Amino acid sequence: MVIFIALLASALRLATPLIFSALGGIFSERSGVVNIAIEGIMINGAFFAILVTKFTDSPWLGVLAAMVAGALTALLLAVLAIHLRGNQVVAGVAINLFATSITAFLLEMVWKRSGQTDAVAHALTGNPLTFLEKIPVLGELFAGLTPFVYLAFVAVAITYYVIYKTPFGLRIRAVGEHPRAADTVGINVYKIRYICVMISGVLAGISGASLSLGTVSLFREGMTSGKGFIAIAAMIFGKWHPIGAMLASLFFGFAEAVQIQASSLGINNIPSEFLQTLPYIATILVLSGFIGRAVAPKADGIPYEKGHR
Amino acid sequence: MQIQRESKIKIAIDNIKFPLLAIVFSFIIGAFFIIWTGNNPGVAYVELFSGSLGTVSRFGETMLKTTPLIFTGLAVGFGYRCGLFNIGVEGQYILGTVFTISAGWIFRDLPGSILPVILLISGALGGAIWAFIPGILKAKRGVNEVIITIMLNYTALYIANYVVRAVLNPSILQGTEKKAYSVMIPEQGRLTMLTEIFPSFGYSSVNTGIFIAIAMAIITWFILFKTTLGYEVRSVGFNPYASEYGGISIAKNITLAMVISGALAGLAGAVMITGLTYKVDMASGMPGYGFDGIAVALVGKNHPIGILASAFLFGILKNGERKMQIAGIPKEVIGIIQSIIIIFIAAEAIGSYWPSIKRKLTGKKDEEVKA
Repeated sequence: MVIFIALLASALRLATPLIFSALGGIFSERSGVVNIAIEGIMINGAFFAILVTKFTDSPWLGVLAAMVAGALTALLLAVLAIHLRGNQVVAGVAINLFATSITAFLLEMVWKRSGQTDAVAHALTGNPLTFLEKIPVLGELFAGLTPFVYLAFVAVAITYYVIYKTPFGLRIRAVGEHPRAADTVGINVYKIRYICVMISGVLAGISGASLSLGTVSLFREGMTSGKGFIAIAAMIFGKWHPIGAMLASLFFGFAEAVQIQASSLGINNIPSEFLQTLPYIATILVLSGFIGRAVAPKADGIPYEKGHR
Repeated sequence: MQIQRESKIKIAIDNIKFPLLAIVFSFIIGAFFIIWTGNNPGVAYVELFSGSLGTVSRFGETMLKTTPLIFTGLAVGFGYRCGLFNIGVEGQYILGTVFTISAGWIFRDLPGSILPVILLISGALGGAIWAFIPGILKAKRGVNEVIITIMLNYTALYIANYVVRAVLNPSILQGTEKKAYSVMIPEQGRLTMLTEIFPSFGYSSVNTGIFIAIAMAIITWFILFKTTLGYEVRSVGFNPYASEYGGISIAKNITLAMVISGALAGLAGAVMITGLTYKVDMASGMPGYGFDGIAVALVGKNHPIGILASAFLFGILKNGERKMQIAGIPKEVIGIIQSIIIIFIAAEAIGSYWPSIKRKLTGKKDEEVKA
């Protein structure tokens, strides 16, 4: 039982960055902009969270910095993808490379070494709602959670509400499915897309902060290790729906937790690499329609040009 | 005849103009970062170029770095010609290394006259098989290749780690301690170091792989521009529906282009294994050659000759960055320059804004500006 609770807490912690980033992906792609840059935005978020926490000694300011850094990185993608009508995948690849290099560069400038930063004094690795720990049995679970875990679920609820219950959400979906029709009824396609890509940057920025501030209290080069792409996988697996993406993230997080703790769980006959490939193979199967086909928003990845037929 | 030639040169200049501008701008932006580190950009760039071209052995090292980039650049470029965005070169490269090392173990008793050829073919086969998956899914089910290839990249990474850890580990096959790398390619299966033929290459590990890479660029050029296959591939990339109407199968060409692209990527892995590392290491992340290949193909305008040139440029950057590092400049500046080059290329439409700006300035109302 203790092992199971620990496993569950670990799964929730591992799912948290995936949830944030997958939600970010949903905002961007629902409005019609493919966001391959999530990985790079996470890297920037993770780094600036630590950088600002180091200088202000306030982890919450660090989170804010991650959000701002994420939004600005996403703005670069937005300008390239929306106004310059560049290839969104190419822009994403470029931003990923840029984020990797610029953070490594700044790391060397600020900490005078490469690889990883020092740990910050105050991070967000503890459970903020300590009263929950008094609940029998489940208290153990809550003790293993970080503020980011709770925030992730709040973000899911907000995203669901915004996309499905507000006029703004209706506009997002209209712009992502049929921008010309949306434009005709007076929706500003460019504006909606800019806002969505920036929101996506904010969420992926928090996701990065949850990796650095929420786990090891420091920034390490390559610490995202493809989590941005797993988040994209979760978004697709969840069919571009916030609840679906959350469930997919939890599933992938659980798979990772099992893989990490395989030996203590007594699982030795399944190669750990198999569990690592699970999210990717599952996504391929879903995308190709072998198990419940996932269909992207219609205008996803297509730059919109006014007055162009 | 004269007019035709002139216009051809003009097209070539038009094609080169934008990548060149992108490179120059990126170096200028890179200079600001170098100034920020308290160094002189002039000194840094001299260090960069002398460090990668200054002596024969340095030039050799640059060619060594260029070799995989030519292959992966060609792989991305070939796919692009058919309208495919093969982000999966990374994974196809990895599978190429796995197939090469496996073949190296299986055929370890074959003589040196035939083994290298078998290893190279195995690598190409590995990449081709891995690229066949997104190819056939796109052709038959219309699934976007971008996401599938990204997913396959990581799948390939973990497959490689599994093979190195649990199948081809020296501890299993040769009874040594557990190692973080696979068994070695037998001596007779390795490519020849150029320094063995021309001692002036000195310490450089550049090998005959560079000739294979250049040969592949020429072959790719020939396939693309001088064969029916290449014509069909380009036609589908240019306008799939018109091609279909003209009797060219979209599905067949998409699958084929993907497989050829994957084979080139796999060949990159094979040449890496047989020419330099002789083994496959366990890895926690992507090797990066596939993503570099995207940059190489974009700067080279997806033309095999352009790709040769841009692979050489990126080879210079990759080799020179160590020399800059030694001179006290963080090597990440090079990564920043590379990414800014790609950002500029992605923003090529900046150019299409120019006519409308010009029109505003001159006050003329020309015909509609095409994007």
